[in-house]
Amino acid sequence: MKDDKSWSPYLAGALSGIVAIGSVWFVGKFFGASTTFVRAAGLIEKIFSPERVSQMPYFIKEVPMVDWQMMFVTGIALGSFIAAVTSGSFQVRAVPKTWEERFGPDVKKRAIAAFIGGIVAIFGARLADGCPSGHGLAGASQLAVSGYIALACFFIGGMISAKLLYKEGERK
Amino acid sequence: MINLAYGLITGILFGFIMQRGRVIRYDKQIGALLLKDMTILKFMLSHIVVAMVGIYLLNDLGMAKLSLKPTIVGGVVAGGLIFGIGWGILGYCPGTAMGALGEGRLDALWGIAGMIVGAGIYAEAFPYMRKTLLTWGDYGKITIPQVLGLNHWLVIIPFALLVLILFYWFEKKGL
Repeated sequence: MKDDKSWSPYLAGALSGIVAIGSVWFVGKFFGASTTFVRAAGLIEKIFSPERVSQMPYFIKEVPMVDWQMMFVTGIALGSFIAAVTSGSFQVRAVPKTWEERFGPDVKKRAIAAFIGGIVAIFGARLADGCPSGHGLAGASQLAVSGYIALACFFIGGMISAKLLYKEGERK
Repeated sequence: MINLAYGLITGILFGFIMQRGRVIRYDKQIGALLLKDMTILKFMLSHIVVAMVGIYLLNDLGMAKLSLKPTIVGGVVAGGLIFGIGWGILGYCPGTAMGALGEGRLDALWGIAGMIVGAGIYAEAFPYMRKTLLTWGDYGKITIPQVLGLNHWLVIIPFALLVLILFYWFEKKGL
């Protein structure tokens, strides 16, 4: 399948690197995404039990509020939407192509896997103190030791589960 | 308030670029993890090299400060592996899940819901983690140049060259 409107990943990577430099220069902010999910969870939990949330150590550390990063993460969805619509590549899809070829078009099956995968992924990201943005891009570009250890572990873990899911033969 | 506006603008630019580079797709992320499609790696390494040069230049000129995450071996290794396993199942990382949603991928919504739930679970587990895994092998905020005892440019320049050689190899192999 030819995809004429896409940019080279080298160009896209370099451009996004320039955006990261600009962000550090003008606002002193480094990329990151996973803390936002903590703040979002805290904001939701606060509706039901504000007192409990105000006493939980993790929510004292990462205060549930709308901050720079939450806006950044929201912006990613918006920017992607604009880019998709203006290049005619916006497509409503509930099951990715690769997944469908392997596990079939069942929407529920994919939804359950995505939900469980999301729980596991963010738990790990918070334990590691960052995700591929915070550790992988921002950490690695500052030559932080933690960034490279994290990046290696992200890929090792991912290769294990992807390999298990996409092992030749078996299942459909 | 101005910070929030900057956050939104930076996110829009980043999301736009990632969508055009096609790096927010499930197929690309799983392709990378199955070592069949190096799009994600090309994107990340290009970003890292460019940002590294810029950020260290700004830092040398006193125009920016580094913001390092501590190297706590227990947390980073265990958390990194757990994250990876989840990433392989979900097929999106936190940032790209938002991007995927933006280009109409509804399965990302389930991933995002799972991540909010998972973050809530981690908040419950944190007091325990703080006493165990997060105390194992805490080396503080260290960088590779510090560990090697070298000037950072003596690390950055060879790093950039290595990445270029890797890119050349990717293209030669058609990866």
